[in-house]
Amino acid sequence: MMWNLILRRVAMSILLLLLVSAVTFALQAFIPGDAARAMLGPEATDEQYQALRAEMNLDQPVVQRYLSYLAGAVQGDFGTSLYTGREVLALILQRLPVSLSLMLGSLVIAVAAGVLFGVWSAARGGAVSKFVDALSLVGFSLPNFWLALVLAATFAVAIPIFPATGYSPLSDGVGYWAYFLVLPWFALSIHGISVIAKVTRDAMMSVLNMDYIRTLRAAGIGRGSVIWKHGLRNAGIGISTQVGLMAASAMAGTVFVESVFAMPGLGLMAVDSIHTHDAMVTQGVVLTFAIVVVLINLIVDLLYSVINPRVRVS
Amino acid sequence: MSVTQSVKLVGRIRQAPKGLSRTAMRKYAVPAISLGFILLVILAVALADVLAPYGPLEQDLTRSLEPPSAAHWLGTDSVGRDILSRLLYGGRPALLGVALALIVFLIIGTALGVIAGYLGGWADRVVGVVVDLFMALPNIILILAVLAVFSQSQAAAMITFGILASANLIRIVRAAVISFRDELYVSAAVVSGLSDGRIMSRHILPGVVGPVLVQASILSGIALSVQTGLGFLGVADRPPHPSWGGMIGEASQALSSSGYFLLFSGGIVALMTFAFGFLGDGLRDLASDTRKQAAAGLFRRAKKSHRDVVLPETAGDELLTVVDYSVGFRVGDAMVETVRHLDWGVSPGEIVGLVGESGSGKSVTAVSLLGLLPANGEVTSGGAWLEGRLITGLAEKDYQQVRGSGIALVSQEPMVALDPSFTIGSQLEEVVRVHSQGKQGRAEAHARAVELLNRVRLRDVESLMRKLPHELSGGMIQRVVIAMALAGNPKLLIADEPTTALDVTVQAEILDLLRDLRDSTGMAIVIVTHDLGVVADVCDRVLIMSQGEIVERGDLDTIFYSPAEDYTRQLISSTPSLLERS
Repeated sequence: MMWNLILRRVAMSILLLLLVSAVTFALQAFIPGDAARAMLGPEATDEQYQALRAEMNLDQPVVQRYLSYLAGAVQGDFGTSLYTGREVLALILQRLPVSLSLMLGSLVIAVAAGVLFGVWSAARGGAVSKFVDALSLVGFSLPNFWLALVLAATFAVAIPIFPATGYSPLSDGVGYWAYFLVLPWFALSIHGISVIAKVTRDAMMSVLNMDYIRTLRAAGIGRGSVIWKHGLRNAGIGISTQVGLMAASAMAGTVFVESVFAMPGLGLMAVDSIHTHDAMVTQGVVLTFAIVVVLINLIVDLLYSVINPRVRVS
Repeated sequence: MSVTQSVKLVGRIRQAPKGLSRTAMRKYAVPAISLGFILLVILAVALADVLAPYGPLEQDLTRSLEPPSAAHWLGTDSVGRDILSRLLYGGRPALLGVALALIVFLIIGTALGVIAGYLGGWADRVVGVVVDLFMALPNIILILAVLAVFSQSQAAAMITFGILASANLIRIVRAAVISFRDELYVSAAVVSGLSDGRIMSRHILPGVVGPVLVQASILSGIALSVQTGLGFLGVADRPPHPSWGGMIGEASQALSSSGYFLLFSGGIVALMTFAFGFLGDGLRDLASDTRKQAAAGLFRRAKKSHRDVVLPETAGDELLTVVDYSVGFRVGDAMVETVRHLDWGVSPGEIVGLVGESGSGKSVTAVSLLGLLPANGEVTSGGAWLEGRLITGLAEKDYQQVRGSGIALVSQEPMVALDPSFTIGSQLEEVVRVHSQGKQGRAEAHARAVELLNRVRLRDVESLMRKLPHELSGGMIQRVVIAMALAGNPKLLIADEPTTALDVTVQAEILDLLRDLRDSTGMAIVIVTHDLGVVADVCDRVLIMSQGEIVERGDLDTIFYSPAEDYTRQLISSTPSLLERS
């Protein structure tokens, strides 16, 4: 049963990655003005153009080109940048830690704070519940790039507590790393906090109204255990699904937050590659983002099925 | 589902809502104001040519980054252009982008949702896979990939966004269609030979309008965020022509010198996204019936309630004394009282039957004694005493001294009575340890759990304790729940319909068990039931409840052979098991 579930999840993930790679590849392939044209610029002669096309295998059928791109990608060859001529994979690996620090950090904050607010609001109701409502509306509505800008204007420019731009690698010390990430984390996690708080609140409310919660309370089990042990464990399925979805939106958010704080990550690289018409880099980043999202979803799903006995048997 | 949620609200309304209540006003006011604001902004943007005091590209380099003034109400940007004018013109690409995404979202979401929900089968499965894929894709990233090809094309970006975002709408429409498909009038249309297409457009689509409007409003907010975000990144923009996102980008270049610029350019976007969010939330609230929602705040901070009730002298050595006891539920602004002014008591070692049909308030009375009412319920008058100690309106931690050790509860539905995520042993041992006040180690708690399970006559106890609740039968779970209730050596056990969900033979065994436990431990038992047969089997005394009040009381002989009330006679004549017995 357990293996069945894992196999299904993995199959779905592979299907997703194939689809993303096919879509991005097809987009570049079927549009007039291909990569060779983009590299050479408008002044190149037709001869130069044809020569480069042949060199880049652009004259071969689309399906064959896609398959060879895929074969390369599986072996870690994402092609070379049209703009800088460097290996796309090397560029990606160099920047991946920045985006992962930003994204995973804000995901952890979003889950911790979101679950806390959600549980608190479900258990207490009243004013706390209204506060979570307001918070989730603000967090859901505010565009994160504007929030990031306001944070930068306030806590880096007007009151210079935190750096306005940049990133410090983990190897230069955890403190410095976190110091540069505080504002970006905050800007990126607000949306996640609000979504997870709402999902947690709804899930907890329905669990706390279950008969078994009443049985446990009637038998004398205290509030702490009822909420955090029995309540949260049973509410967890809905929450963990949401965490998987949040991973996708946090990954997307890195594009904006990295742009605001000038962090040398993948999101910024994606934007830059669009400005420079560097299709290979765009493609590589999109695929990397998809892989990260798929992996996080897979881990969340599997982790949860390990923790929760019901998922395993049903 | 849960019993606590489905408490029937049969009762007297104490405070009838007068006219349009405050909550109802707020319900309509929020979406109305939001919609008004959105329409106002749309109108202003459409009339930019008339309203804007300056042209969108009109510069005055001598007046760059000025704060708001009479000449420039919202100040100027870094090349001296009027911010207000540029915001009015800049709203056009933003709102057109939102409209485009919205149209794509609505067409694809409704079409695929209706097809999947109405046709079912393979169509449903294919759409399901598509939805899963769309939901898992990081949409901004894919939009960037599209923009890499369609350079600076806002239309391509917003269409892509609309397609990806439609996954959510597909799911919601599909669910709504499935629930409508089985309605009578749709079946009637099928029988009368209407085509699928006609049935969908005439009978099913109108039913999904509500949820679609909610989703459309939420999507518009997100679409605006995305559109302005792309403008901010400068990947779907036509500078120097103004756009809201582009202006935020320009403001970010002048962060240190002008806070106004960032405030105004982002402020309009934030206000608009708020308005869309409020509109969506408001529409959802209007569509949903608040009476069906479970109230939050099961552990809300209890209000200090001053109870001017005193234990009457006549209570004597009663174990439980209930005086002038009423229970109400808050529904909207009204308080509905489902139990009114009960007076009753239980002596030590006695088995009392609390009998009535469903909705008579007997279960509500039982759970309220332990402070276990749903969040919107409360004891509205009177009080209950256990061994002379008031147990009504206590704080949560004071109730913990009563629960399990003073009064224990066995509830109606064994199949949902235990936490499905923990083994029998783990739950029982947790209860045991709570009652030992932490004095027992794991081994002792385990031994005590084994002893308790043996006492309720369960076999093969060790392997049973390693099982999860769903691996047990209803009768076995009910025994486990009774064992759990015994863990704290309670003086009173309340059994709320303990046998209703069980087979007849198992029923008799459970009742035997309860009677034997009373005999061996001396604890009193209140059996809440609608079944006079159960009462005849085990009870010493009976209280008959109807519509929240006690209508008759007495010992078994009086109730069964010379009942005073018609209601009691009806109950007796509608209990077949009694007739068989006599």
